[in-house]
Amino acid sequence: MAENIVTIRSEIGALVWKIAAPAGTALAEDDTIIILESMKMEIPIMAPHAGTVVEILVTEGQQVEEGQAVATFRP
Amino acid sequence: MDVTVLIANRGEIAARIARTCARMAIPSVAVYSDADATALHVTAADSAQRIGSAHPRESYLCIPAIIAAAERSGARYVHPGYGFLSENADFAEACAAAGLTFIGPSPAAIRAMGGKAAARLLAEASGVPCLPGDAGADQSEEALLAAATRIGFPVMVKAVGGGGGRGMRRVADAAAFPAALAAARREAAIFGDDRMLIEKLVESARHIEVQILADSHGNVLHLHERDCTLQRRHQKLVEECPAPGMDAALRAELGRRACALARAVGYVGAGTVEFIAEAPLRAESIWFMEMNTRLQVEHPVTEMVTGLDLVEWQLRIARGEALPFTQADIRLDGHAVEARLCAEDPARQFLPSPGHLTALSLPAEAPGLRVDSGVRVGDIVTAYYDSMLAKIIVHAPTRALALQRLADALDSCRTGGVRLNAGFLAAALRSDEMREARMDTGFLESARKRLVESALKEPA
Repeated sequence: MAENIVTIRSEIGALVWKIAAPAGTALAEDDTIIILESMKMEIPIMAPHAGTVVEILVTEGQQVEEGQAVATFRP
Repeated sequence: MDVTVLIANRGEIAARIARTCARMAIPSVAVYSDADATALHVTAADSAQRIGSAHPRESYLCIPAIIAAAERSGARYVHPGYGFLSENADFAEACAAAGLTFIGPSPAAIRAMGGKAAARLLAEASGVPCLPGDAGADQSEEALLAAATRIGFPVMVKAVGGGGGRGMRRVADAAAFPAALAAARREAAIFGDDRMLIEKLVESARHIEVQILADSHGNVLHLHERDCTLQRRHQKLVEECPAPGMDAALRAELGRRACALARAVGYVGAGTVEFIAEAPLRAESIWFMEMNTRLQVEHPVTEMVTGLDLVEWQLRIARGEALPFTQADIRLDGHAVEARLCAEDPARQFLPSPGHLTALSLPAEAPGLRVDSGVRVGDIVTAYYDSMLAKIIVHAPTRALALQRLADALDSCRTGGVRLNAGFLAAALRSDEMREARMDTGFLESARKRLVESALKEPA
């Protein structure tokens, strides 16, 4: 159901380094969806609950701003 | 030296190298990416060459672009700074092939120290004690568990290809081993290599390193140690010389080990041999970790207590000069401490804080107070590069005075547009743990909340 889909946002300005879990991947809580890179630090964006990645909104190498939506997720 | 030096780096270190070149009347050439066209390090050099777009892969890590910039500018020497290509043997070779002198050791020495396992074998062969461990030749769970049992719990399980804490787990006992191994392997597998090695876990660890200087005539000296125990995410934030608790006999022993290793690889130039120590400092509980075949970020604390300019000696060694002093001539005056000012937020787990630097106030340099900065007001601090913006280094007659003066200097630092760790580091310098030299490598992370709170209370 669409209303159950949550938007995952970047907490910081960064580059998208790796898409660890493409759309359709089933994940456990705290599994990595996307790995960002900012100032030589890798910052994983993790699944807030167990669920499925619905859509990845960014591509590897792209710059993202603080607060930008990077994925949607269905718990 | 009347030939030009190309500085293959950016930020504070590129500006700092240009400063020594200017003092020695050596022309310097900066390189810059599109993100750095107006950066401080570009104006610090005599001329500058564009080398590519903002991403480091397309500029500061792009060997052909840097070699081409050197050829266009007529430079004959290349100083790699730290990070980027400074420990890249292919780059050192490409410089030689283009008729450029790479300011650093030979490609063979860089390679010998580049691989963890190979460096360890070399150290053992040179009589330098290494942390008890197992390289993981047999990757079965049974073999790794047997190795861990032989080394003795607690142990660290580490990804062979890891770095920055990735694929790393502490394991308290044999019962916890299978789950920890599996978790570390899952984490490492994302990066394509799930091989693991086992090391003894040092519970209360200090990071001690020895600066060495070697010329091309076979002279190898050490310039004492540095204590770089205050870290977050395995990256140093505060460094000092001398190390608290280090006596002359132990200093001589660590210096002997570092020089033995340098000789074993025919090392030329400035380098650093890193050790892990179990507090309190004793020769039998200090083990070799790795050698960094380049200038270190924290080299200024060594410069303050020895009175030597390490970049000057890198340049002189590169042009074939012999070191004109002996070990007994190396001074150790007073105490120096450095703090790394980073665009990051200690209150949010040290998350990076890129942004538009709308305000910047750093203390003015004075006797005993040095500021190595790479930024100016108006700069865009991007996610592409390291979060370290500047370093503040204090030199005083005693450790207590140096810690106090550095904390005071940090209090006066202000930025707008990016968050800075200055207040947090001042609180760390004023902590009982630091003043009484009871810190370990986990201190900044374990005391983070308390230090963040006490930084907020500090009068502005």
